[in-house]
Amino acid sequence: MNDMTQGAGVRAGDAPVEAGIVDCDIHPAVKSWNDLRPYLSDRWWNYLQTYGLRARHGFVRGTPYPKMSPLATRRDAWPDEGQPGSDLELMRRQHLDALGIGMGILNPLSPTGGDQNVAFSAALCTATNEWQLEAWTRQEPRLKASVVIPYEDGEASKAEIRRRAGVADFVQVLLLSRTSEPLGKRRYWPIYEAATEQGLPVAVHVFGYSGYPMTNSGWPSFYIEEGAAHPASCQASIASLVFEGVFERYPAMKLLVIEAGFAWLPALAWRLDKIWHRMRDEVPHVRRPPSEYIREHVWLTTQPMEEATRPRQVLDVMDWIGWDRLLFASDYPHWDFDDPRFSLPPALSTEQKNAVRFGNARALYGG
Amino acid sequence: MKLLDVSAIDCDVHPTVPDLADLLPYMEPHWRDTISDRGIEAFESISYPPNAPLSARPDWRDERGRAAQNVTSLATQALDRWNLRFAVGNCIYGVHMAFSEDLAAVLARAVNDWLVREWLDREPRLRASIVVPLQNPELAVDEIRRRSEDRRFVQVLLPAMAEAPLGRRHFWPIYSAAERAGLPIGIHAGSSYRHPVTPVGWPSHYVEDYASQAQAFQGQLASLVCEGVFTKFPNLKVVLIESGVTWLTPFLWRLTKFWRGLRSEVPWVDRPPSEIVREHVRMTIQPFDAPDGTERLERIIDHLQSDRMLLFSSDFPHWQFDGDEVLPNGFPESLVGRIAVDNPLETYPRMKECMP
Repeated sequence: MNDMTQGAGVRAGDAPVEAGIVDCDIHPAVKSWNDLRPYLSDRWWNYLQTYGLRARHGFVRGTPYPKMSPLATRRDAWPDEGQPGSDLELMRRQHLDALGIGMGILNPLSPTGGDQNVAFSAALCTATNEWQLEAWTRQEPRLKASVVIPYEDGEASKAEIRRRAGVADFVQVLLLSRTSEPLGKRRYWPIYEAATEQGLPVAVHVFGYSGYPMTNSGWPSFYIEEGAAHPASCQASIASLVFEGVFERYPAMKLLVIEAGFAWLPALAWRLDKIWHRMRDEVPHVRRPPSEYIREHVWLTTQPMEEATRPRQVLDVMDWIGWDRLLFASDYPHWDFDDPRFSLPPALSTEQKNAVRFGNARALYGG
Repeated sequence: MKLLDVSAIDCDVHPTVPDLADLLPYMEPHWRDTISDRGIEAFESISYPPNAPLSARPDWRDERGRAAQNVTSLATQALDRWNLRFAVGNCIYGVHMAFSEDLAAVLARAVNDWLVREWLDREPRLRASIVVPLQNPELAVDEIRRRSEDRRFVQVLLPAMAEAPLGRRHFWPIYSAAERAGLPIGIHAGSSYRHPVTPVGWPSHYVEDYASQAQAFQGQLASLVCEGVFTKFPNLKVVLIESGVTWLTPFLWRLTKFWRGLRSEVPWVDRPPSEIVREHVRMTIQPFDAPDGTERLERIIDHLQSDRMLLFSSDFPHWQFDGDEVLPNGFPESLVGRIAVDNPLETYPRMKECMP
């Protein structure tokens, strides 16, 4: 078959599906910090006012790498008041209704875990989780919440996951990818213990601040490099999860990698296999080739969808990953949003498209 | 075409410093005294623990367990065995790890002198990369100038993980000197260990350290492209050595897509990164991180959209393969001549000056 091209003119796009698309990456935002006031104690509210957030970087406001649009959001996603992602009505009108989203997973990026002060981080996460229920999922049944956790403190994270036990609105545990150590380290095991006990996937969304450079050769200069570097953190943490034996210890664990793209996974698995074959005596607790653990335990979202000048090549890679492992995500309301009508390669069969657009997510979340 | 028939050019072999004492004759008295008075033992890197299986294939180790420590073993175990025309010696010694830039400069100079005397002068098929004190670009440029008269030095060697991403502007004098001398920049797996080997901190195991080399090359490519190194130095070639191969295509898809959205941040990057990389960047084939099998291998190579990028290498004496399976099982025979002869000669023009 020749390379597929999109042809001349405007492509009609993929039709909506009856059951609704599952969007695995929607970012809700607070209108203002006051939204969280009801869920924070006086102590932590005052702390927030006085000392503010202290992630592992130097900026009081904004981010170390300036985004290319305010708050990295779509220009058309600003409500009359507040910031993009803070207005449910606009989200319904512009995203859920307009694009036929039957289920949308909320991934709050701020506030979430990762503050230097882990006790404060734990309080913020509890507040954010309460706010997700009150402001979002109880208002809009299509939306589901993520249990955000103070992930640098395994025990506190475990407690937060258990606090949400049995609340069906929460469909996964969420942490950011730039943790202070690779995710296989023992300090994070309580997270996996609680998540598997509750039957929740562990979702890792890119960003966060490990305190270490974005690359293992130091800090790059540009936002484009920060974006390009995110998969590297995910790759390191997947290697760590495999080689520390986490998937041996927690056989029910499901890892979902969000917003790192997906095409790098086969190359990573092959590389780890080769290294494991050569030096498996260093990690005797790893009993099978790394690619087998990865095939069983790792799911990925599609956004930002990798694109090749010869689209057939992306299909090869999707084939190597497995058609049951890729989940559609839009990243609404961020600038690099993927539209479910246009982002998947046109050459996918209807069956493959349906798997990516809703089937795989329904299977993962049991919904 | 079979490898043995083409008089291949091996773009990555590792002359290995047996002991720091072997370098002392190439140092001034002050530095010899420094080494002994301060009890400095060695500059071997944990990137290749000497006894780790990867670091040397069992049948290439001597009775002390070491490999590639003299030119005879390289000649008999690699050059003769695979009928090689040339081999590029990349000496992986921890010059880049020293914190004192003075010490680094002395070590680099000693290693290069040792390479000339103990290796290049004794084996006409051998070529070498210039080891430089990256800690100080001015001193690195001095070392490039000192060696570039000797046409057997065919490349400048940098580690995959350093103090800062290699595209950063303070490194540019190195690229200017290399371009002027007709020398490609070779970036080899390894680290100066200024930062954790992963962007999420230190892992527990050596297997993770080695796996993380691929991420280092991703970051370096992004840095070189986005800072505009190839815009500023249009004749510069960069060779990724012992980098692995299969991560490249998906990485370029992502970088190129981000460039389409973010190019106003780096306006000097005036074409898609995938095009820039295909023109300026080469990679050695060992380790070829893909499963055996012709069909998949052909697809992976097809994804590169270029037959000019891959350079044949054995990575001797590192244990990447057994027997004489120096090409990945299933590698297309039609490409052997290109990656084993044509591409190396195009990448290393100095080799053409004295073709046997």
